[in-house]
This record gives sequence, structure tokens and C-alpha cells, in this order.
Amino acid sequence: MAYLVPLFPLIGFLLNGVFRNSLSKGLVGIIGCGAVLASFVVSVILFLDVRAGGALAVQPLYPFIHVANFKIDFVFQVDQLSSLFLLIITGIGFLIHLYSTSYMHDETNDHFARYFSYLNLFVFSMLLLVLGANYVIMFIGWEGVGLCSYLLIGYWFKNTDYNKAANKAFIMNRIGDAGFLLGIFWLLSKLGTANYTDVFANVSNLTPTDITGITLLLFIGAMGKSAQIPLYTWLPDAMAGPTPVSALIHAATMVTAGIYMVARSNALYSLSPIAENLVAVIGIATALFAATIAIKQNDIKKVLAYSTVSQLGYMFLGLGVGAYTGSVFHVMTHAFFKALLFLGAGSVIHALHHEQDMRNMGGLKKYMPVTHWTFLIACIAIAGIPPFSGFFSKDEILAAAYAKNPVYWVLGVIGAGMTAFYMFRLYATTFLGQFRGTEEQKHHLHESPAAITIPLIILALLAFGGGFFNVPAIFGGGQQLHHYLSPVLTAEHEHEIAHSTELMLMGVSVGVALLAAIIALTKYARKPELNEPEGLGKVLANKWYIDELYDNVIVNPLLALGGFFKNVIEKSGIDGFVNGVGGFIQYSSRRLRLVQNGKVGTYILLMIFSILILWLAFWYQATITGFFQKIF
Amino acid sequence: MIALLLILIPVIGGLINLFIKNESSAKAFSLIVSLIVLAVALGGIYTSQADLLHFDISWMPDLGSRITLELDGLSKILSLLTAVSMPVILIAVYKDHYPDAGKFFGLMLLCQAGMLGVFLSMDALLFYFFWELALIPAYFICSIWGGEKRIQVTFKFFVYTFVGSLLMLVAIIFVYFHTPDHSFALKSFYNAHLTAAQTQWMFWLFFIALAIKMPVFPFHTWQPDTYEQSPTAFTMVLSGVMVKMGLFGVIRWLLPMFPQAASSNSSIIVTLTVIGMLYASLIAIKQDDMKRLIAYSSIAHVGLMCAALFAKQQAGIEGVFIQMFNHGINIIGLWIVVDVIEKQLGTRKFSELGGLAQKAPTLAILFVVMCLANVALPLTNAFVGEFLMFSGLFNYSPVMAGTAIICIILAAAYTLNMIRKVFYGNTVASTEHAHDSSFNVNAALVVLVILVIVFGFYPQPMIDLTRETVQLFITKIS
Repeated sequence: MAYLVPLFPLIGFLLNGVFRNSLSKGLVGIIGCGAVLASFVVSVILFLDVRAGGALAVQPLYPFIHVANFKIDFVFQVDQLSSLFLLIITGIGFLIHLYSTSYMHDETNDHFARYFSYLNLFVFSMLLLVLGANYVIMFIGWEGVGLCSYLLIGYWFKNTDYNKAANKAFIMNRIGDAGFLLGIFWLLSKLGTANYTDVFANVSNLTPTDITGITLLLFIGAMGKSAQIPLYTWLPDAMAGPTPVSALIHAATMVTAGIYMVARSNALYSLSPIAENLVAVIGIATALFAATIAIKQNDIKKVLAYSTVSQLGYMFLGLGVGAYTGSVFHVMTHAFFKALLFLGAGSVIHALHHEQDMRNMGGLKKYMPVTHWTFLIACIAIAGIPPFSGFFSKDEILAAAYAKNPVYWVLGVIGAGMTAFYMFRLYATTFLGQFRGTEEQKHHLHESPAAITIPLIILALLAFGGGFFNVPAIFGGGQQLHHYLSPVLTAEHEHEIAHSTELMLMGVSVGVALLAAIIALTKYARKPELNEPEGLGKVLANKWYIDELYDNVIVNPLLALGGFFKNVIEKSGIDGFVNGVGGFIQYSSRRLRLVQNGKVGTYILLMIFSILILWLAFWYQATITGFFQKIF
Repeated sequence: MIALLLILIPVIGGLINLFIKNESSAKAFSLIVSLIVLAVALGGIYTSQADLLHFDISWMPDLGSRITLELDGLSKILSLLTAVSMPVILIAVYKDHYPDAGKFFGLMLLCQAGMLGVFLSMDALLFYFFWELALIPAYFICSIWGGEKRIQVTFKFFVYTFVGSLLMLVAIIFVYFHTPDHSFALKSFYNAHLTAAQTQWMFWLFFIALAIKMPVFPFHTWQPDTYEQSPTAFTMVLSGVMVKMGLFGVIRWLLPMFPQAASSNSSIIVTLTVIGMLYASLIAIKQDDMKRLIAYSSIAHVGLMCAALFAKQQAGIEGVFIQMFNHGINIIGLWIVVDVIEKQLGTRKFSELGGLAQKAPTLAILFVVMCLANVALPLTNAFVGEFLMFSGLFNYSPVMAGTAIICIILAAAYTLNMIRKVFYGNTVASTEHAHDSSFNVNAALVVLVILVIVFGFYPQPMIDLTRETVQLFITKIS
């Protein structure tokens, strides 16, 4: 039955793609949304089945690549981890599809259908990624989501900047994919299998070097897909796509792939301290770095994009310190509130006719009440204020980080403070104060239609209550998620912190977040930041000039090298040699032609010379044949 | 019998076609002939009677040369490629105008016959004969129907390939004199008695001849020029099928004849090809011409196949076998789109193109799919081959695999840039009045797209087709 889950979106993709010129928008919407809704229903059934203790289901579909050294099947695995991800992907995916029917309604029929077919393909790829029972099927989905993000970021293909952003996303992802592939090859060459069950059962056959090598290579893939330092720069540029696409990329699909992969491979990662530490360090560094950039962005979507990069950093920190459940938990709560934030931002952008600069917003609270309230809930959730969902998941990661190394915790709390600060800066600038847009915009300001607000309300409920799925023992909770996932996340570190310490840690992090939120609110509600920043602010607004750095250090030198090869080595070097040989032959034949000058004297002279040479050759025959014999 | 028919039908068809004056009947006739060849090739793959796949009669008994033809896994997959390509190409260019069409399409069929002969021959002299038979029509087609610089470029093409052919001829004759029974038969060539030094010499003579054909760095500079200047219909034959003759030669002749020399030289050759892959990919990024970009991209792809062969790992070799087919399919698809653009808009330069997707959405979609196959995206046919080849290369040397895999990143860069510059953005002067591709072009591309996706989702039949031959090959070379 598992195959039905990706099958529905695949059919939706084909129907909407092939018949894009003939289907009406209504029908396109029904096919697009219906496909994902059907997958969601099946996912729920599968989830209930797994929860009821159904046996671990590995379902082979057909042989994919069977060669002498290894056999790779097209095979799906429904277990605790994948069933949970299925719910997130199809559930939130469906809400985003529903939202899109309204958001994209201004598009012409065929482009509307094209959009929905891409969206379905995106969900399909992500489902393959989590359903695959081996690393190769995961990789198919892995590159598939890269393709879909490329198609959707460049959806408005007349805009060259958007297309460049789409290319950048694909190429950055490919860098990671190359590492991922090498990791698979390493596995195949040592174990002859890429199936999760076989790999994890045979880790004892791998040397520590193998494990570290494999996990680090796979992690390169995760850096690309989940936008970690140094491969994160594509994600903020990915904002070129329609806003619901951003919600899909940031919440339901794509960027969570890296977390899923590491969590799935927890049996490997936990055996390599080097890999674990690297994951944690990259994670916390990305969390802080991206947060600093988010503080100075003025594009509403850019702030959210950097906040995603930063939150993903937290998740990797969790993975690195062995809090696998905590990270998966944070994937889930983050999916709720980040989808809500993006869809809320989309609602605002839609109402303002594609205005994205927060400096031209303000005072939207009274014009768009539903958007405003749901957005506020999401801000509180991401800031980690109890009892909203983000608090539970983030604190689980921070507690585990503290147990591993208090420095991680301190840095994490600083990041949490920055998160609360930039989110409430965003909230205050957008929704509070006076409206700063044009009169024209003001005249048209309105709350969005139901297809937009209903998903917002559902997500707001989840963003508020999502944390109760895994209430920690300290609050008398049952840690349901923890127990549910424990059969898969076997390498989970059970951290031992006294309850009093844990309470104290929570108090500090919540206090920092609250303080930062209040500062941001008081600072920006009245007087938003409208001037161009200077000094450090300018550096942050320009994202630490990392794009420029990459261009100058990597891209341009490579292009220059290509130009050198093309113009110098190819033209003057190799071709020069070949044409030189040709030219030499032509030149020498022209010279040689002069010998044939029609004068008898010359001919006789040549004859005599030739006879002389032949005579000599005859004399030294033995030497010459000996020479040739030596060669052959 | 099937083996013989595969060669005879295009020879006879091609000769008849040379004398057809009327353009449309020439096209129709050659299309019918190519479809018959396709039917025969499919028959060869599906038949259960083994004796149909084998053909053997005496040819020149004094010399010890026989006409021995055989369809094994290797020749099956390459005949299939040759047989599929030709009708697809003919359909795609069906509406193009060619002066002296009868001669043009007749030469195309003769060339097909030559290539099929190369793939089927189990006798060295016969092999050489067909090798030249495939090349001679190529010279004529390039020099008569080619672009502006055709004479100069055909000269270069001729010099390169002629040097290669001569080196090979010398090597064939030399080995012939050292066969135990003075015979040109494949088996006798495998068992020739050569000293270690002689083996080295012969190995390099053969290798350079084949390396020019493939082509691999640094023997490749004829290729971009020839691809650029040939009529596009023939560029498709050249790059889709004919360059496989080089790889084929390595598999059928070079490696089994000189397994020791191949092993001792493998590190040099693999290093050279990996350098060549990076080199060609970087040059591809800097191109401003669709044809030259695809030409360099192809050099990188062929380089990988060559590297995987000399790495001598089983998975990699299985990858090469199926990738020879897939690469042919994919590159022909790209050329078809280039041909449409060039014929309609009169330019192939990125700087003069843009926004075509608005005017030709169907062509855009089909082209994007072929481009995705070109970057070996999973669930396209090329992924399976590249996956296996890289995996083999990794077993041989992780460092080489790690270096070569940079090419998949560069491939994404130049391929997506090509899509962006030609199809996306706003329309420019040349594309302002463009229209979508015609029915015959779409039909040809749809066939290719179906092949791309079917073998992307389900490659196993192709792997099974070549399995036995790969197994034999592995035992021979190790």
C-alpha cells in the first residue's frame, strides 16, 4: 500500500502536465490538491498501522539495478521515522496546495497547470526520498527535490534573475549530491549493499575510517540540501519562486531532507565522533551566522529564509549531540510554524500586490486580522516561548547540547535570543505602527480569501499545540514521540541532567527570548528601521558578502580557467600542433615539388645519390635488419 | 542470418538511394530502409534461435580471413542503438531541405551499414574494412553538405581519423603475423604470441587509433569543429553512434588482446581521461554556441566511459555497456533541438537567443527533459550508467572518482545555463517571431523522451541484455 503514497502525486503531475492546455483551473486545482490529499489519507492509515505495532514493512516493487557486485531494488520502507515524515509532507503539502489555488489564481490556465504539476512532482520526489529503503532510492528523491526546486524557483521564467537563482539552487545542491554519491559508492564498495537494514546490521564490518568517511560524505549532501555552511547561499535566493513554493521548500519538503538522512543513518553517525562533532559545530555555526544576517534583512521573505537556515542549524546541532528525537521533533514543529510564517507572508504580499519590502508595510494588524493573529502565533512559536510548539522542541535540543558541552548551550541560547529579536522585528515592522505603502495599495488592502485563511488557521492550531506531542518528563509528559521513534533512532543519547538544572536552563533560554522579543517590539513598533544601515549593519544586510566571496574565490577563477583552456590550450596548443603538422607537410611538399624541375642534370644527380644510398644500405644490411629486429 | 541482413539491407538500400533523384522519395525510401533495419535488429534481440545471430563464410582463405559476424550482448546493444537512431534522425530532419537528397541519405545509410559492420565483425580484416566503410561517407557528407568552413574542417577530421586508421592497420597487420594460425579471426588475435615489448607497442598503436575516434583528451580537437560544421543530421550520426566505434574497439579488441598492457597502463589512461573530463567540462562552460557546448559536454561523457573501461571494475563496465546506448539517445535528442533552432532562427549563439520557451513551449519541455538526461538526473536513463561507472571508478581509485565527479556539478552548470540562455528570459530579435516545433520533430523527440524515461525507471532489461557478454569480457581481461 505504501506505493500509493507517491503514486497519487505522480499521477497528478502527469495529468496536469500533459493536459495543461485543456484543463480548467478548477479541475487543475482539484487534481493537484486531491492527489496530495489522497496521499495524506493513505499516510494516516500507514501511520496508524505502524503505531498499532504493525510489523516493519519493507516493500520491494521491482529490481532497479542488479549487477554482479550489488543489487539495488526499488523498495519502500514504512517505519516509525518515514511514516512520521509522510504525515508532515503530505499534510502540510496539502495545505500549501490548497492555499496555492487562491494565491496563483491570476496565472493563465496553462501556467497554473504547470505550477500544480511541478508542485505535485515536488511532493512525489520528497515522498520517494523518505520512503526509499536504501540510499539509492533516497538519492533519487534527493536529486528529484533539487530538480523541482529548480523548476519552481524559476517558475516565472521570463525573469533572468529568477532563472539565475534557480540555477544556483540546482548547482549548489549538486555539489552536495556529488558528496552524497561518493558516500554511497563507499558503502557499496565495502558492504555491497545500500539497504538501510543491511547496512546498519553490518556496521561492524566497517573500519572507523570507513564510517567517518561515509558519514562525512553523506553529510556534504546534507549541507547542500539543508542549506548549511558553506552551501547555504542558494536558499535565500530561492525566494524568487512563488511564496507557497517557499513554504513547501522550507517546511514540508527539501530542506528537511538532510535532517531525515542523518536521523535515518543515526546508527552510522553515532559511531563516528568526528562526524558527530562536525555536524554539531556546523549546525551551531550556521544557526548563529544565519541569525545575524536575518536581523538586518528588509525583504520579508529573506528574513524568513535566513531564519530557516538558522533553525536547520539547531536541528543539526541536535543530531550532532545525539538528540535525534529532538531534531525530528523540531523538524515537525518547525514545519508547522515555518509553513505558517511563509503562508502568512504570502497573504501579506498578495494583499499588497507583490510588495515584499517590510519598509513599505506596517499597520496591517487592523486590515488583515486573521493573517495577523496566525502570524503572531507563529512568531511566538519560533521564538520558543512556552507553551507554544517551538519551545518544546528547541529546549529538547538545547538540553541535550548542554549535556554534551555547555558551550553549545550558551551559543544556542544566544541564537535563540537573536531568533526572537528578528522575528519580532519582522512582526512589528509589518503589522504594527502605521501603514507606509501607497494610497493605491491602502485602498485595496483586504483580508485574504478562505482558501488562504483556512490553511493559516489550521497551521496556527498546530504551531500552538504541536509541542504537546512530545511533552518532556519534567512536565509530567509522556514523551510520546520519543517512544514512538525509539525503534528507529536506536543511537539516541539519553542525557542525564538533573530536573532542577533542566528547569534553570529552560528559564534562562525563555527569559532571553522574551527579553529579545520585548526589545524588538518596543524598538520597531513605533519607529521601524527605514534608513540604509551602516557599519556592521551594512555588512549584515549584505549577508557578510559571502556571495561575492564565492564569486571571486571559486566561480570566477574556474571561469577564467575554462577561458584559458578554450583560448590558449585548445586553440594555440593542441590545434596549433595539429595544424602545424599539416602546415609542415604542405610546406615540405611545396619544397619537394621543386625537385621535379624537368632538367636532366638534376635527375641524373639524384639517381647517383640514390644508388649510393642503396649501395650503402646493402653493405650494412646486417646492422639494419638487426636494428629492426630489436624494435619488433 | 540476422547479422548479415543488418549489414546488407542498409548497403543495398543506400546504394539504391544514391540514384533517387526526387527529394521526397529519397527521404521516404531511406526512412523505410532504416525502419526495416530496426525491425531486424529488434528481431535479433528477441529471437531465441542462437544460429540466427551468427554468420560465417569463407572470404579470403589464403589470408586466413573470413566473414564472421555475430550478435552478442555488446553488438546487440550497439546495433540497437544504430538501428534506433537512424529512423529517429530521419524523422527529425524529414522536413529539412537537402540538395541532392538521394545522395545525402544514401550516404547516411551506407555509413550506417559500415557502423553495423564494425559492431558485428569478429574478424580483424573485416573490422578494418567496415571501419573505413563508415568513414568514407562521413568525409563526403561533411565536405559537400557541411557549413562554411567545411573544407578546412573536413581536412582536419580526415587527417586525424586517417592517422588513426593507419596506426590501427599497422597494428592489425603486425599482430596478424604473430597469430598462431595466421588468421584474422578474433580468437586468433586474442591468442597472438607477442613479447612484452611488442605488446606495449601494439597496445599504444591501437589505443591512439581508438582514442582519436572516441575521442579522449588530447586527441579530441577534430570533434567540436566537425560537429559544428557537419550538417546536423550527420552530427547526430557522428556523435550518437560513430564515436561509439572507439569505445567498442576498446572492448572488443584492445582490452582482451592486451590485458596485461592495459593493466600496466591503466593509471596513465585513467588519469588522462579524468583530466580530459574536467578540461572539456570547463571549456563547455565558456562556449557561446549550442553545438560546441554539446560537443565538449560529450567529450566529458565519453571520457568517463573510457575511464570506467580502463578501471576494469565489473560494475563500471556494465555501466559503460548501457551508457553507450543511453549517451547516443540523449545526444541525438539535443542535436534535434539544435537543428530546429538553427534552421528556424538561423543562429546557434546564446548571445542571439532567448525567451524561446514563450514561443515554443513544447520544444522547451522536450529539450529540458533531454538536458536532464544529459546531466544524468535520477530516473533518466543516463543516471544508471553514470552511477555504475562512477561506482566502478570509485572501486578502482576513490581519488579519481572524487575528481571526476566534479564533472557532474560542472555539467549541471553548463547545461542549465544553456536552457536559461536559449529558452528562458525575454524574447530577443531572433526569437520574436519563432514558432513551435513541427509534428515530425516532436514525434522524434517524444520517442527519445520515452526511451529516456523508460530506461530511467527500469534499466534492468538493458543490464540483462549485456550481462553474459560482460561476464565473458571480465574473465578475459582479468
